[in-house]
Amino acid sequence: MTLWWSTLCVAAPLLAAVLLFIRPKWMAGIALVAVTLVLVGALGLASVLHDSGPQFIAIGGWGAPLGIGWRIDGLTVTMLLMAGIVGWPVTLYAHGYFGGAAAGRHFWPLWMLLLTALCSLFLSNDLFNWYVTLELLGLSAVALVTLSGKKAALDAAQRYLYTGLVGSLFYLMGVALIYNDYGVLDLAVLREVTEPSLALWVALGLMAFGLLVKSALFPLHFWLPAAHGSAPAPVSAILSALVVKGAFYILLRLWFDLVPATLPDAVSLILGGLGAGAIIWGSLQAIRATRLKMLVAYSTVAQLGYLALFFPLSESGQWGDAALTGLVYFMFAHGCAKGAMFLAAGNLQRAAGHDDLVSLAPTAQALPVSMFAFAIGGVSIMGLPPSGGFIAKWSLLNAAIGSGGWIWVAVMIAGGLLSAGYIFRVLSLSFSESGDEPEPGPELVPVAKSSEWASLLLASIALLLGLNALPMLDLLSIGLPRAG
Amino acid sequence: MTVTDFYALVGVALFVMGLSALILRKRDLQRILGLNIMGTGVFMVLVTSALGQGQPADPVPHAMVLTGIVVAVSATAFALALSLARERHK
Amino acid sequence: MPRLIERCLPVLAGAGAIALGALIAAALLRTPENDGAMARAALEALPDSGVGNPVTAVLLNFRAFDTLLEVAVLLLTLVAVWALDLRLPRTEALPASPVFSSLLRISGPLLVVIAGYLLWVGASEPGGAFQAGAVLAGGCLLLRLAGRWNPGAGFVRWAASVGLLVFLLTAIAMPALTGGLLQYPHASAGMWILLIETAATVSIAAILTALFVAREPGETRP
Repeated sequence: MTLWWSTLCVAAPLLAAVLLFIRPKWMAGIALVAVTLVLVGALGLASVLHDSGPQFIAIGGWGAPLGIGWRIDGLTVTMLLMAGIVGWPVTLYAHGYFGGAAAGRHFWPLWMLLLTALCSLFLSNDLFNWYVTLELLGLSAVALVTLSGKKAALDAAQRYLYTGLVGSLFYLMGVALIYNDYGVLDLAVLREVTEPSLALWVALGLMAFGLLVKSALFPLHFWLPAAHGSAPAPVSAILSALVVKGAFYILLRLWFDLVPATLPDAVSLILGGLGAGAIIWGSLQAIRATRLKMLVAYSTVAQLGYLALFFPLSESGQWGDAALTGLVYFMFAHGCAKGAMFLAAGNLQRAAGHDDLVSLAPTAQALPVSMFAFAIGGVSIMGLPPSGGFIAKWSLLNAAIGSGGWIWVAVMIAGGLLSAGYIFRVLSLSFSESGDEPEPGPELVPVAKSSEWASLLLASIALLLGLNALPMLDLLSIGLPRAG
Repeated sequence: MTVTDFYALVGVALFVMGLSALILRKRDLQRILGLNIMGTGVFMVLVTSALGQGQPADPVPHAMVLTGIVVAVSATAFALALSLARERHK
Repeated sequence: MPRLIERCLPVLAGAGAIALGALIAAALLRTPENDGAMARAALEALPDSGVGNPVTAVLLNFRAFDTLLEVAVLLLTLVAVWALDLRLPRTEALPASPVFSSLLRISGPLLVVIAGYLLWVGASEPGGAFQAGAVLAGGCLLLRLAGRWNPGAGFVRWAASVGLLVFLLTAIAMPALTGGLLQYPHASAGMWILLIETAATVSIAAILTALFVAREPGETRP
């Protein structure tokens, strides 16, 4: 049964992609069905995990070291659930956003292929398979950015493409070095076999560099704000919520299974320092942003910094588990919250025809559902209870305090305050000065009801993650990766 | 240094030369060529890892390179089309 | 100040590149021979794979999932290029000349035959779907440049997707036959591989040709 659930996650979107390519007119329900099936598959895997613990699947019946292996543990299932849970409202939103327009015709196969790549990536446990999934993921993401057709989007897409390809090639060179040394690609086998050596360090350095470029960790984030800020709204949501997590997931797996225990502490401190830089710098840029979508994009840069904070915290022995739990919960909650914020921003932009913050107030007051969704997403980003973001930050803070990493505590608190800065900047649009007559706003383009409710749905999930954390945390802890 | 080592070094040299071209050159076509050369360098390193002393050649890196070439061709095609789209947008 | 950075950048980049290259080279050269676990496993399992060529066995049997995703990458590229909506002028047919006509008459069918041969021989010698697809694409392009071939949107879409469709449907049908994803039944493995490769050849040729043309067929231009 495990095989069926995992196959469902990969085969459903892939089949949908082909069908939507052949006959775009069928798009009405196929994509939604495919995302639902991914969710079903993820839930099925969750129940298998709960009953029988971590599993390994050998594709084609060829076990390690020859064939490609799929690995199912708490981390995998959480990520698959994230892909399904975030993907569903985004798909619903995209129906309303594109309507029957020509751009929409190409969106659907691209989105389905992206989802296939993402699910294959989360399931995989093989170095070269990850390369292929990274390329599929990256190329579909770039293609989705180009859909708005604007010059800014094309420029941003080109930068994203070149940077992404450099990242992939660095990763592949690292894989080549590892294969040259050990003759194996399967991570489970490599975990047992690798020993610290120059080749391993160089390979890990190359792979880490490539993956960090693709995860947009400061200062390698330069491609992200333009790309996420100028893409169509559902694409921005997909990119910020899901795509950036893909490369980071691989880095996480390598951290546990390939990186030797003799890694100098300095390395994780440097990574943490870069994370801190991302949080501070990204938040400041968000506060300074003039366009709503750029604000949300810079917020992504800042939030991705929290991911890097995991590395120094994971070194701290008994607090490593808390740090990992916080990290994964953070990725999930951020996915929901950031997705909701981008969908809401897209509604505002569609209604007003622009997203300049200075003149968005009348539009914001005309779209209360979207603003409410943005607010709830913002609550999770700020890390306020009762949201998923709060649970995640709480775990990370616990790990930091417990291991004596006071600098990280300070950084996280500062990050929370700064994020409040830019979130409230947007929320203040909803409120007019007391006593003023509401200004007659410009003509607003009507926004589909489904689009508004889709953003609210996604935001509510971020909230639910906070209210109902225990089942999720239990699931996560089954087969939690630990450094060998 | 054996012949295999020499080819591996050539691969590494191509990799860094392609990277330099990507960073230093300004024109799209030169950058795309740089990416291609980088890719070729990685493929060369992979192929040299297939050669063993007196053993039959290892088929796995060959398969990896074949896959890599197809991916590189796809990426190049898309990069060229994107460059063209940007040019026509002016 | 920016001028200074601009002048220094080539030097910095060059130094950085040399340092990086030296580092990777050192890592490569210092490494002892790997014990080739995957290589041995592949060559040992070769008789069970249904084909005689070890590379084809790896590509289409042992690590077929990678190849499935790779065919998906090709299709993705086609959609991505179509999404860019490049309004290229229609490819003018090359002027008819005796040289070109005879070239077409001879090489067109020859390329198709070579493609078929490469596809067939891939089971035992170097060859296979990608090589055959590329050669076939060359033939299709020749016809296209001669103005002799202008397939409609439906044909192109079906031709481009048949490879991925056959591959995917085979992959998910296998659990019903053998219990494993992409696990071919032992006796008929060669036949399944040939089926997938044939569909893939058609698709690869169609996609490569369509990428060259870059305009989405059936699109009306204002």
